[in-house]
Amino acid sequence: MDWRWDFTFETVLPRILPGLWVTVEVTFLSFALSLVLGLFLMIARRSTIRPLSVAAGEFIEFMRGMPLVVVIFFLFFLLPEIGIFLAPFWTGVLAMGIYNAAPVAEILRGGLQAVPKGQWEAAHVLNYSTYRTWRQVILPQAVKPVVPGLGNLLILAFKETPLLSFVAVPEMLDAARRIASETYRFTEPLTVVGILFLILSLFSAVLIRLVERHLLTETRHGK
Amino acid sequence: MANEKIRFEGVTKRFGALTVLDKLDLSINDGEVVTIIGPSGSGKTTVLRCLMTLESIEDGLIRIDGEPLNKMESEGRLVPASNAHLRRMRLKLGMVFQSFNLFPHLTVLQNCVEPPIFALGVTRDEARSRAQELLDMVGMGDKQAHYPAQLSGGQQQRVAIARTLAMQPEILVFDEPTSALDPETIEEVTSVIRSLAVKHSYTMLMVTHQIAFAHDISDRICFFDKGRIVEQGPPAAVIDAPTEARTQQFLRKVAQAR
Repeated sequence: MDWRWDFTFETVLPRILPGLWVTVEVTFLSFALSLVLGLFLMIARRSTIRPLSVAAGEFIEFMRGMPLVVVIFFLFFLLPEIGIFLAPFWTGVLAMGIYNAAPVAEILRGGLQAVPKGQWEAAHVLNYSTYRTWRQVILPQAVKPVVPGLGNLLILAFKETPLLSFVAVPEMLDAARRIASETYRFTEPLTVVGILFLILSLFSAVLIRLVERHLLTETRHGK
Repeated sequence: MANEKIRFEGVTKRFGALTVLDKLDLSINDGEVVTIIGPSGSGKTTVLRCLMTLESIEDGLIRIDGEPLNKMESEGRLVPASNAHLRRMRLKLGMVFQSFNLFPHLTVLQNCVEPPIFALGVTRDEARSRAQELLDMVGMGDKQAHYPAQLSGGQQQRVAIARTLAMQPEILVFDEPTSALDPETIEEVTSVIRSLAVKHSYTMLMVTHQIAFAHDISDRICFFDKGRIVEQGPPAAVIDAPTEARTQQFLRKVAQAR
């Protein structure tokens, strides 16, 4: 096996680094979408309006049993059919955003269940409005237990982005494959992609650790 | 007769097939201290929870100062109470829980300052000075910056009492306030409640297993069994000389357990 450093630095890196940026963008944009959708899904799931909670529950189950690639292909080929034309990048954001909304909803639900019933009752007898109950009492306590789970999901989302190369989103793997098909050299591009993913994952793991630590020191208490 | 503060009229509460409160009638006067005693599962706590609107009731009416609580008057008829009505009525009520239910993410001071700000709309300065006064009163003035988890059960319960008082209720409801406490810390809580009963004009409704404490502070004792009041009257009658066999049996058991 011959490894060419000049090729790595002069051809591979300059062409893959823009893909790194796309990977980061897709991940964070889709994750932000997942958080919003997941919150609504969770609220819908907890709703006392039966059809709504059933629909939310079914949607979560459906997404759980579905490979992400299928969702990506589905949106990529189906949306134009119904007259919605999105750039591959935004199709990717949409697909991953919807896909990860289901686990986000489940994680949020877990965090909510971790808040004791007595906290709701205290807010009730202290005459808090529904908004104040959520804002002042429930959410501050529900956030801490969900951070590790959401962090985990964020790292998973990073690792899912190469699937978007199937629909020509110019992320890292897509760039690597293009280089490879033009030069017939696979070793350098794929290795660089691997290393960059490793760096991304380590970096986000550290970031999540910092957030956790921050939440922990901010509220030095057990239950 | 003194003014009637709280009135239960034929209040019935069911959980599925189980009837927890069976056409309960109970009237409590302004400033009166009433304690409910009785075996577990007799519906004692449910009385308090219905009053606090933590439970809905299947039948009957609860009135506070003559005004319906769980219903409201609309065009001369009683209709189910709106949330706005419930919130307005609850302003008169304050509850202390068995498990304290302090907000764990807030300091002692914040626990007593935030509720009046968010639910009564008082200014932060006003809420703060009143909270400090109340924390001094319950002997927790030097622990303002602590978090609940750093306090003993007795200390947490005293903070919870201060938080309840910060909402300036007229009626205080205590749900087994000492049941979750270590024996050594019970006294610090009962002494606070005692001073509230003696020195202040609150109407108080309490559930407790501390029979001697109930005897001390109550104007009236209600002995509850199977969702009904079996016997009620001044402590000297119900506790010292109960007439009902069921009451005698219960008090004997409690005395043996000690």
